[in-house]
Amino acid sequence: MPHQEIIFAGFGGQGILSMGKFLAHAGLEENLNVSWFPSYGPEMRGGTSNCSVIVSDEPIGAPLVTDATAVVVMNRPSLDKFERYVVKGGLLIIDSDLVNREPERTDIEVIKIPAQRIAEEVGSKKIANMVLLGALVEKTKIVSMESLLKALKEHGKEQFYELNKKALERGAEFAK
Amino acid sequence: MAIVFERPKALLDVPTHYCPGCTHGVIHRLVAEVIDELGILDKTVGVAPVGCSVLAYDYFACDMYEAAHGRAPAVATGIKRAVPDSIVFTYQGDGDLAAIGTAEIVHAAARGEKITTIFVNNAIYGMTGGQMAPTTLPGQVTETSPYGRDVNVAGHPIRVSEMIATLDGAVYVERVSVDSVPNIIKAKKAIKKAFELQMQGKGFTMIEVLSICPTNWGLSPNEAIKWLRDNMIPYYPLGVKKDITAGEVK
Amino acid sequence: MAKKVLMKGNEAIGEAAIHAGCQCFFGYPITPQTEVAAYMSRRMPQVGRVFLQAESEVAAINMVYGASGAGVRVMTSSSSPGISLKSEGISYIAGAELPCVIINIVRGGPGLGGIQPAQSDYFQATKGGGHGDYRMVVYAPSSVQELVDLVQEAFDVADQYRNPVMVMGDGMLGQMMEPVEFKERQTTRNLPEKTWAANGLRGRQNHNVINSLFLKPEELEAHNRKLQAKYAEIEKNEVKYELYNFDGEVDLAIVSYGTLARICKNAIKMLEKEGIKVGLIRPITLWPYPKKAFDEVMDKVKVGFISIEMSEGQMVEDVKLSVNGRKPVFFYGRSGGMVPTPAEIAKKIKEIVGGAK
Repeated sequence: MPHQEIIFAGFGGQGILSMGKFLAHAGLEENLNVSWFPSYGPEMRGGTSNCSVIVSDEPIGAPLVTDATAVVVMNRPSLDKFERYVVKGGLLIIDSDLVNREPERTDIEVIKIPAQRIAEEVGSKKIANMVLLGALVEKTKIVSMESLLKALKEHGKEQFYELNKKALERGAEFAK
Repeated sequence: MAIVFERPKALLDVPTHYCPGCTHGVIHRLVAEVIDELGILDKTVGVAPVGCSVLAYDYFACDMYEAAHGRAPAVATGIKRAVPDSIVFTYQGDGDLAAIGTAEIVHAAARGEKITTIFVNNAIYGMTGGQMAPTTLPGQVTETSPYGRDVNVAGHPIRVSEMIATLDGAVYVERVSVDSVPNIIKAKKAIKKAFELQMQGKGFTMIEVLSICPTNWGLSPNEAIKWLRDNMIPYYPLGVKKDITAGEVK
Repeated sequence: MAKKVLMKGNEAIGEAAIHAGCQCFFGYPITPQTEVAAYMSRRMPQVGRVFLQAESEVAAINMVYGASGAGVRVMTSSSSPGISLKSEGISYIAGAELPCVIINIVRGGPGLGGIQPAQSDYFQATKGGGHGDYRMVVYAPSSVQELVDLVQEAFDVADQYRNPVMVMGDGMLGQMMEPVEFKERQTTRNLPEKTWAANGLRGRQNHNVINSLFLKPEELEAHNRKLQAKYAEIEKNEVKYELYNFDGEVDLAIVSYGTLARICKNAIKMLEKEGIKVGLIRPITLWPYPKKAFDEVMDKVKVGFISIEMSEGQMVEDVKLSVNGRKPVFFYGRSGGMVPTPAEIAKKIKEIVGGAK
């Protein structure tokens, strides 16, 4: 689907930046315009982490997303900060294992995924980010699952490919 | 008739701007003789400082740079890294090397840059007219220490050679003097060895040369020589401070 | 066509320099450009070239002076406070007429400032951060692809004119990833041989001297006149800019550069829906400044021009000089790392256009 602006947010170490990167690579795979822009600086080390990804069939303006068609959050501070960035009718995906409050917005679609538990079932909590990414792609059709898997194969660590793939699929299933 | 004394090829046939009695001319000549004797004029690049020897680029016949104040070791690093087969020397005074350029000299030495630094220490800023230098002696009167250098206010002089000798990248550091013919001969030997070690790719080499400044010391050249012997040499002892080849059989 | 790869701006700078034949890179870590140095530290040894982390920005720029004087292509990279430190060396490089490429990934100032994107080094870059009557070419790319293309162009321009060239982006451009293509490019420029390089006589008769010292006033003035003639030549030949949305009349013309110009384009699209037509002059060279772009569009602009900056009113001075009283000039800026949103820009423009109507 043309032109979507996504924010991924959570703690450093949760794979926030790589979620965005895989999505951007997948967009490029489909010959779409893409941009990926991270938060940077001291907050990278242990604090909150976020990145903006834009996938579009038009030239991309600002790479910094302030009106997000979708936001994916993996902790409470990120929900507090980015809930208001979602455009009306947009999508908010929450890792419900890590976020202990309900979203306040009623004008958006919210998906709560127990991503930690699902990831653990698949094999490791470390791939909870992939569960969420799978759900995002399924819900938004921003890119095809095929392109995403291709991006994962080309740019991810080979030994984790099968595990990551499974996590993406479980996330997608959940969002169906 | 055999010529027994002539201008080294590495020096250009131009008059210098140095004051009467100044020993920069002697030191220039020693460097030039060494370049001639080692046959490296064709690939030597020199870096002049800011200070009395700022115009050294007009005097040496090799390719020359004029560097910003204190930055000669960084400039020399750029040259040597870009053209590794060149022979690179910096020619710096005490203000240039031991005050504003302290970081550059310490780190060039620490990196073991394959360059040779000729460090001319005359305990004063000459070109600007005789201000206190980092190597000005305690009690020494200068334009900016009119009551004599008070170490409680202005701090202590730096023994640069001893400091540089502590760095692992420095392979050869010697302090010499040009106050007498025997010492001039020793100085040349030291400079030659430094260039040779550079040619062998060993690491950073520096020769500190105690030098006189009759003009700004307010002394005649002869008095200045005596002052150097009586005051500078006791504070800045001559000799090899570091030599990784020491003990090697030649 | 080479394959498009997704690359971070800072890393793309490194790769572009390598493609352009950069032989030496001297740098020092500073956010938000550290990835340039990190990338070069990995890649330069792989291609048999020189990477060196200097002890300071001051040392790094003087290493550039040394390597450039020896005749090789050389680059350094930093961010605002580091560029202040390099400014001494840049003045010497300009004075000695040495070619080199300097990257500035701008962060907010003054002082230690912040680390978020800003454009507050406009004065420093275009009006001479260092001392003396010198100029350097300043490119302001707005995408990672343009960044790559301009870094390569910068090496050619530097060599052609024997002059430092700066490529200035902001933290956003350095940190963002976008698809880029490294085109196999052949320069169309006639680049002079570096017969002036001081890398050892190597059979040459007269020694070469790399120098910016001219003690005799008449000699220094002659040197300055020569530099000015060169700068005039650069102003004639090297101006680059983009005109956007100027088909027909516009209510207002935005002047904006770098990544901010992209945000302005978003604002222009928003305004279009509300029946307000806005054009954009995007200077790609900040020096030489694209004055002629203003002449080109002057008759199409109804209300006036607005300089939109991530600084507190720097480029607006050049906008005023270029407009030269022919139309009103407005200003909107954010600073300190605050990036204006398209909505915010649109609101400001509506105020101006509404007020005028």
